[in-house]
Amino acid sequence: MLQELSGMVWMGRETASEIKERLARHRSPFRLKHFFYQSNRVGVGSVPMVILLSVFVGLTMALLTGYQLQRFGLVTLVPAVVSVSFTREMGPLFTGIVLASRIGAAYTAELGAMTAGGEVNAIEGMGIGALRYLITPRILAIFFLTPCLTVIAVISGILGAAFISSLLLQLSYSYFYDQVMTNLLVKDLMAGIVKSFLFGAIIGTIACYKGLTVRGGAVGVGTATTSSVVMAVSTVIACDSFCNIFIVTFFP
Amino acid sequence: MSATPEKLIEMRGVKLQFADKVILNGVDFSVRAQEVLVIMGLSGGGKSTLLSILLGLLKPNAGAVFFKEEDLTKLSRPKLNEARTHMGMVYQNAALISSMTVRENIGLPLEELSDKNASEIASIIDQKLELVGLKDAGDKLPSELSGGMEKRVGLARALALEPELVLFDEPSAGLDPINSKLIDDLIIQLRDKQKVTSIVVTHEMDSAFAVATRMAFLDQGKIILEAAPGEFRDSDNPIVSKFLSSYTDHERSKK
Repeated sequence: MLQELSGMVWMGRETASEIKERLARHRSPFRLKHFFYQSNRVGVGSVPMVILLSVFVGLTMALLTGYQLQRFGLVTLVPAVVSVSFTREMGPLFTGIVLASRIGAAYTAELGAMTAGGEVNAIEGMGIGALRYLITPRILAIFFLTPCLTVIAVISGILGAAFISSLLLQLSYSYFYDQVMTNLLVKDLMAGIVKSFLFGAIIGTIACYKGLTVRGGAVGVGTATTSSVVMAVSTVIACDSFCNIFIVTFFP
Repeated sequence: MSATPEKLIEMRGVKLQFADKVILNGVDFSVRAQEVLVIMGLSGGGKSTLLSILLGLLKPNAGAVFFKEEDLTKLSRPKLNEARTHMGMVYQNAALISSMTVRENIGLPLEELSDKNASEIASIIDQKLELVGLKDAGDKLPSELSGGMEKRVGLARALALEPELVLFDEPSAGLDPINSKLIDDLIIQLRDKQKVTSIVVTHEMDSAFAVATRMAFLDQGKIILEAAPGEFRDSDNPIVSKFLSSYTDHERSKK
């Protein structure tokens, strides 16, 4: 674990030094084309899955909280509860989990296959700087696209909740909308967005590191991919808890 | 301490071990500009490892590697990358980027490391493809190529940046005689016409003697013999002569 952490720190430091050197020579540290390609994959490609998952999670949350709150005659609180918890918590977390399994696994598998096939060494041997060339567009893409996807997740989660509320809890769309607007604070939005930037960076770093340290051919690529997803998901969840503790303590 | 000017690359006392296994145990050799040094040795004897060290992909446990008077083992990554642009490596398995076409593979170092524009790069790619006789294969993916073609593309890619030193890892292993001869001819052509220095690791005797200006034999992690081809052939070193004679016996038995 410590070895992996120091490996990732080393990777980050070396990548930064390569980028610095490129900038000093007035060359772009990565190709925009690669960045857009990866962004398309991370962002556009993940939209359907994020929407689908969020709608169902939002729907379930509204339904369950609604039934519980009905007993106390507080069903009118559903929009506030669901929108705040989705914005602060569920949106970023589920986006993180979707990306860790969809994109993290892909990053590890493709970089792993390249490592196992000697392609990474070949790129390194040409003097191109494999870390900068391979990692930078990938990590930047997931770093910038996770918050965008989080916004989509939040909107679709709240829409899912509004739909089921009007259907089963007798809360009209306009009431739901007004409640969301009154109860949702900029602070909640900020908490969710900041967290999702962090999640993106974590998933990207773990996935690239695991891919570049693959050993043992095809089986090695499989093992690394599994361990990348497991590690990314658990780190994202752990990090989420710490963020929440931090936010609740310092920005009540 | 630095290499003398006429030596392009020099290894001094290079030692490398993985866990308890000693791979290289004090390797010394140097290559002057426009030489072709062929390194021979038994399989698994650390020949490919030697090339990885020359390219800075592996760091030796001890010793120094001088390339143009700079110790590669002590350079920072950016400096090492700069030095690598003056070298080209042809890998045993070609190591082409499998998701890129042949043209993109050859163009990769040019796009990343030179200031040339797209049309200049395209003309260099055409020229290199023509040099290795693969003018029509430009738009194929590496998976659609045969082993010999992959190797030739690997060579074209290694030559894209006009390197001063080219490292060949088993350039003719697993190739038919015609392809093998083609690669040998390219190495000779590079030496004579483009003044390129090469280090070739091989155990194909015919190609070794065809291209070499000097030969070295690596055994038990050390260079046990370094000589001109003629002298090498007549060597009375027991291991080298056994190596050479088993090859000749094998050839004779085929006839």
